[in-house]
Amino acid sequence: MTPNPIDLMVNGVQHQLSVESEMPLLWVLRDVLGLTGTKFGCGVGQCGACTVRIGGAPVRSCTLPVGAVSGPVTTIEGLGTPEAPHPVQQAWIDAQVAQCGYCQSGQIIAAVCLLEQSPSPSPAEIEAVMTNLCRCGTYAQVRTAIARAAAALPASGGQA
Amino acid sequence: MSGGERKRGRLTRRAFLIGAVAVAGGVAVGVQQVRRPHPNPLAGQDAEPGAVTLNPYLLINQDGVSIITPRAEMGQGVHTTLAALVAEELDLPWESVRTLHGPAAAAYYNAAALEAAVPIPSWDHGWLAEGLRDAAGVASKLLGMQITGGSTSTADAYLKMRKAGAAARVMLVQAAARRWRADTAALRTEAGQVLDPAGGRQLPYTALAADAATIEPPADPPLKPRAQWRLLGRGLPRVDMAAKCTGTAQFGIDVQLPGMRCATVVANPYLGGSRGGFDAGPAEAMRGVERVVDLGATHGDALAVVADNTWRAFQAARALEIDWQPAPGISGDSAAMLDAIAGSIDTLAPDATPRDDGDVDQALRIARAEARPAVKAEYRAPFLAHTTLEPPAAVALREPERLTLWCGHQAPTLLRDLAAEQAGLDPAQVDVRVQFLGGGFGRRAEVDFALQAAAVAEAMPGTPVKLTWTREADIRHDLYRPAAVARCTGVLDRNGLPETALLQIASPSVIRSFSGRVGLPAMGPDKLITEGAAMQPYHIPNYRVVGYAPASPVPLGNWRSVGASFNGFFHECFLDELAAAGGIDPLDMRLRLTRDYPFAQAVLEAVRELSGWDEPVAQDDSRRRGRGLAMTHSFGSTVAQVVEVSDGADGIRVERVHCVADVGLALDPGIIEAQMQSGIVYGLSAAIMEAITFRDGRAEQSNFHDYDALRLAQTPEIRVRILQSGDAPTGVGEPGTPPSKPALANAIYAATGKRLREYPFNKHVRFA
Repeated sequence: MTPNPIDLMVNGVQHQLSVESEMPLLWVLRDVLGLTGTKFGCGVGQCGACTVRIGGAPVRSCTLPVGAVSGPVTTIEGLGTPEAPHPVQQAWIDAQVAQCGYCQSGQIIAAVCLLEQSPSPSPAEIEAVMTNLCRCGTYAQVRTAIARAAAALPASGGQA
Repeated sequence: MSGGERKRGRLTRRAFLIGAVAVAGGVAVGVQQVRRPHPNPLAGQDAEPGAVTLNPYLLINQDGVSIITPRAEMGQGVHTTLAALVAEELDLPWESVRTLHGPAAAAYYNAAALEAAVPIPSWDHGWLAEGLRDAAGVASKLLGMQITGGSTSTADAYLKMRKAGAAARVMLVQAAARRWRADTAALRTEAGQVLDPAGGRQLPYTALAADAATIEPPADPPLKPRAQWRLLGRGLPRVDMAAKCTGTAQFGIDVQLPGMRCATVVANPYLGGSRGGFDAGPAEAMRGVERVVDLGATHGDALAVVADNTWRAFQAARALEIDWQPAPGISGDSAAMLDAIAGSIDTLAPDATPRDDGDVDQALRIARAEARPAVKAEYRAPFLAHTTLEPPAAVALREPERLTLWCGHQAPTLLRDLAAEQAGLDPAQVDVRVQFLGGGFGRRAEVDFALQAAAVAEAMPGTPVKLTWTREADIRHDLYRPAAVARCTGVLDRNGLPETALLQIASPSVIRSFSGRVGLPAMGPDKLITEGAAMQPYHIPNYRVVGYAPASPVPLGNWRSVGASFNGFFHECFLDELAAAGGIDPLDMRLRLTRDYPFAQAVLEAVRELSGWDEPVAQDDSRRRGRGLAMTHSFGSTVAQVVEVSDGADGIRVERVHCVADVGLALDPGIIEAQMQSGIVYGLSAAIMEAITFRDGRAEQSNFHDYDALRLAQTPEIRVRILQSGDAPTGVGEPGTPPSKPALANAIYAATGKRLREYPFNKHVRFA
C-alpha cells in the first residue's frame, strides 16, 4: 500500500514525503531530511532532546506522527548558523552553556518558544517550561543564557 | 604487516595487566624501544595532501594550523584545554585555533591513566611512588592505549602537548631564520607568525611549515614560564560551543553516508540467558526492512534489524518473535544480590586491604573490654545505569581489506584492535573515526555497540550501516555501576574523636568484568573496590579499609568516579555518624583528622568560609533546614562540598551546594567550575532517584519515566571555588561526584534527624 504523500514545511522549505503518516516527525527530520540537529534521546517524549517548534509551541517530535503535524516546523538548523546565530543561540554561546551538547538543540528550541510567549520569564516560568533533561547538568548556565537572551531580544517579543 | 608482527602486537596487548599495579609483563623490551617515539599517524600513507605535520599534534595547511586533541570530547571541555596547551607554546591566537580528534593511534597513548593505577596515594611524591609511576608510564607507552578516562587527560597532556607546541615553535623559528639568514635569537613569535623586529619582516606559520618539517625536532624545547601564559589559567571560549548551539556538531548518531542503512538490535533481556528459536518472518516482511542479522553468541545472541530508516528498524525489532530463555541457576533478584554482596564480607577472603594503620583488631578488643560502645552502620548502594543522552550508536562500513567505524568512543585503539580481531583484519586496516560523544561517563569506554555495528556491516559488505540502540536497550543492557555494601565499625576516644575506624567494603569487580569482556587478563586486587574510601587524607590511629570482591551475574562498567561513587558515600556518611556520636561538629572533626594533610585542611577551611558554616542555619519559615559536609580525595583532587536542604510540607528541597575543589593547577577555571557542577548534578541525581533493580533476571527499568535524573527545577544553586595546591593539573571530570551523595545524606540528617544509609533516598524520604 502506498501512502498518500505528506506535505511538510521545515525551516521554510516545503517537502513532499512518501512515508507512513504514523512515522514520528523526529525520524522524518533525521533519517529522511537529513536534519540531524534534532536529537533522539528516549522515543517516549520524556527527555526533550527532540524538541522542535510548531506554531510557536515546543513539541517533542519523537512522539508526534508526521501526519499530525499541524503547521510549519522550525528545527535548530532553522534558527541560525555558527556564523549567524539566533539571539538565543548567541546567548547560549556567550554563557558557554553546552558540555556534551547533545540536549542543547532541544533546550534552545524550548527557550526560544518560552521567550516568544514571555519575553521576561520569571524563575517559576523557566522552571515550569524548561523540563528538558541534561545529563551533564548545565541547568545553571541554561538559566543564565535565558536571562541574557531576554535582555538581548527586542522587548516586543515574537521575533525569531 | 607480517603475521608475526600481528601476533606480537596482540601479545603486547594481552600482556597488559590491570589490577593493583599496571605492568607490561612477558615482553622483553629494550631501552631503545622505550625511547623510540611512536610513529606520527599524521604522516605516511594516510597523510593529508598539501598538509605538513611537525609532530602528532600539529597539522598545518594553507588554511591554518589544526591542533590534534586526541581525547574523547564528551562534555568535559577537553578539546579546548588540550588545544590551549599547544596554542600557548606556539603563540597561536585563540580565535584561529581549530581542533581535530585525529586517528586512533599509539602515539596518543595515555600514560596518566596507568600511572593513576599505582596503589600509592596521589599526594605521595617519594622515590618509590614516582618510580612506580614512571614504570607505569613506560608500560602505557609500549601498549599505546589511547584512553579517555580516570580524569587523566589534562594531567597526561600537560607536559607533552606543551612540549609539542614548543618544539614546533623552535622549528618554525629556525625555518624563518634560515630563510632570512637571521639569528634565531633575534626572532620572536606572535599571533601565528614568526617576526623579525629588527628587519621589520614577518612570515605566517603556514608559509614556514614545509621548511620547518625538514628540521630535527628539539628533544627538550624550553617551555614558557607560567607568568607568561596568555591562554592557560583563564576561562577560554570553548572550541565546540558554536557547533553545539547550532545543531552542527556531529555526534556518532548523526553520521550520514551515501547509501547508508539503519539498524537496531534486540538482545537477550535475561542476565546470562540464552536463546531458543526466533522467527524473523513478520519483521522482514515490514516496509523498508532489508534483513535480520543474527549476531550470535559473541554479541549476547542479539539480533539486528536492518532497514532504510531507524524508525522502521525500531518497529521491526518489536515484531521479532524470539524465544529468550533465562539462565538456569542465576538468582536474578537485585535484593538477593545485595544480600549476597553483604554476606561476602563474612565468607570471602579480602581482595585487598589498602589501608591498615595501627592495630584495629586490638583496639576493638580493648574497647569491648572497657565496655566502650562501638558505632556500627551498614550502607548500601544500588546498581546504576549511565544513561548518556545520546544512546549507544555507531556507523560501520566494511570494504575489501578495510573496516571503518564512526562513533563517539573513549578507547579508540582498544576498539580498533577488537574490531580487527572480529573482522580478521590487521589493526592497521581498521579506521576508527571518533565523533563528539553525547555523554560518556564511562559508558563509551565499552566496545559492545560499535562491535555490533561492525558485525552487521560484515554481513553487508560495501553498505554503510548505522546502528542505534533504543533507550530501552540502553537501560536494560548497560554495563552497570556495581551495587556495593559497606560495613563500618568505629570507636571514639575520650575526646569524642575517632580512635578506630574499620570499613569493610564489598562490591563486584568492575575491572574483572571489563577485562573479561575485552579479552584482557586482570590480575591482582581491584583497587577500584576501595577507591575513595582508602587513601583518604585523614589520620585515625587505628584505621583499616578492606575490600571484598564477590562474583556477580551483572555485567559491570566504569561509571563516573567508579568506586569512589559509592565509597565517598560510605566513608563520609560514616564520619558524620562518628562526629554525631562524639558530639563534635563534623567540620571541626575533619580539621582535626587532617592535620597531616595541609591541602585537605585548606579545602575544609575554604568550604567553611564559602558555605558560611559558622553562621547558624536560617530557621525563618516553616521549613526545617540543615547542612551536610563531605570531602573525598579522588583522581588526584580533593573536593569538599556542603549541601543545604530544607524539609517542608512538599518534601525535601536541595537548596544549595557549596563546592571547593583543589585541582592542583587550574588550566581553565570556567571549564573546571562547569565540571564540578556537572559531577554534582550527576551524583545528586543518583543519590535522589536512580537505581537499576533486577527481577527474574531482567532489569526492571527501561526509560526516563522510571530511571530519571535531576531536571532544571530541582537542581540547586551550585557555588564553586577552585584551589590550586600543586604545580600540575589533577582530575576534574569525576571528583565532583563522590562527595555530593554523602553531603546530601548528611544534610538530610541535620534537617530531619533521619540517617539515610542507602540510596536512592527517594525510597526513604519524599523530595519536592
